[in-house]
Amino acid sequence: MATELQDFLEVIQQVDTFERFQEATVGLRDLLNITHVVYHWVNSVGERFGAGTYSSEWVDRYLEKDYLRMDPVLFGCFQRFTPVNWKQLDWSSKAAKAFFRDALDHGVGNQGYTIPLRGPNGQFALLTLSHNATDDQWERFITRYERDLMIVAHEFNKKALSFDAPGDVQSGPTLSPRETAAITLIAKGFSRGQAAAEMRISEHTLRVYIESARHKLGAMNTTHAVARALSLGLIII
Amino acid sequence: MLRYIYGQDLCHFPLLRDTMFRDRADQFKRRLGWDVHVNAAGEEHDEYDEINPLYVIWQKPDGTHGGSMRFLPTTGNTMVNDHFLFLTDGVRIESPFIWECTRFCLAPGADRQVTAALTLGAGEIMEEFHLKHFVGVFDPRMERIYSLMGLKPDVLGRSGEGREAVGVGLWEMHEEVFAPTLEKAGIDRETSKRWFRDAFDHPYVEDQRAIA
Repeated sequence: MATELQDFLEVIQQVDTFERFQEATVGLRDLLNITHVVYHWVNSVGERFGAGTYSSEWVDRYLEKDYLRMDPVLFGCFQRFTPVNWKQLDWSSKAAKAFFRDALDHGVGNQGYTIPLRGPNGQFALLTLSHNATDDQWERFITRYERDLMIVAHEFNKKALSFDAPGDVQSGPTLSPRETAAITLIAKGFSRGQAAAEMRISEHTLRVYIESARHKLGAMNTTHAVARALSLGLIII
Repeated sequence: MLRYIYGQDLCHFPLLRDTMFRDRADQFKRRLGWDVHVNAAGEEHDEYDEINPLYVIWQKPDGTHGGSMRFLPTTGNTMVNDHFLFLTDGVRIESPFIWECTRFCLAPGADRQVTAALTLGAGEIMEEFHLKHFVGVFDPRMERIYSLMGLKPDVLGRSGEGREAVGVGLWEMHEEVFAPTLEKAGIDRETSKRWFRDAFDHPYVEDQRAIA
């Protein structure tokens, strides 16, 4: 599954239209074998956008009933940055219970997990997964994928940010000289200790540079980051 | 007890909130002489308090602030990336697994136990959210505190002298640091985990009209 998710990151990275963004949510749903995947973001001027696999009946219903005003998922995640299992949210009110039943009737699933994300300058987004499963099954699913999903969510978000700023030429990720140096040394087969000594920095600092580069490159791990940097021509060995 | 509270939920803890911002004024303005803004109510706030950070706060039995720190993910706006790039060799440190920790504050008279409790809170955050590192703006006093806690802070760059001295540094909470930290704080792990769950299960809901 690690390889599949790694390949999936590349699918997101190649998204260039809204339709393909939509297809990517379908792709993630099928890859994880769950009921739904929805990605939804608010740009820095407060406009909302969404892409996902919910049925159009549910999307229409949601808007018609104005669930935006009471959806516990939205309230539990809005402007935050820590993921939630829907079970953790407050569903105690009558309105919330009715909403949950309605969502069930529309095939959303009885379990959900939402990752709120924060980009620069007030940009905000949510990646939501939903499924039909027991509490135990859903918790196991979350434990297995939570780290990977955080990476996937940020890859979706980079696309959302690039759609928000169409004027910017999307030349792909860029690394600072220190990040480039760190990834180059790792690519050459240096151990972390050797690379840190070579750069005259501590191993801890080196690990931070590598992690920061991994995020910018949209990679699953260090090995993948090195491969991405090479294929993008950001490093030469 | 340890509280984990988002900025938008501080309104549910008015005494804790007000004493925290007053203690911050006392520490950063009066005792350390930093160039920070203190309002008419004697409270220190900055622009990062406005973007809904996550606070870890030690609450004393009387409900007031005993100590606190403030966290933000480095994918959004942070002090280090907005103002201190010259201390990080120009590296914009950015990852959902690296959070910025700033405004480490102790109430007057707070002892080593409070420092240990806050360290523990940071450790729980690190473990529960799979974080790899914390990055922060340090003064020499903070470096000493982190070192005393066994966190081996790593300073990337420094500038200024004496009172003006600041650095950007990294730290992380290793598994082996939990046991001595729990001992210093006088807290067992089970209690610490319960405080964490209490905070993140059924989070407080903002006034719904405000965001709809």
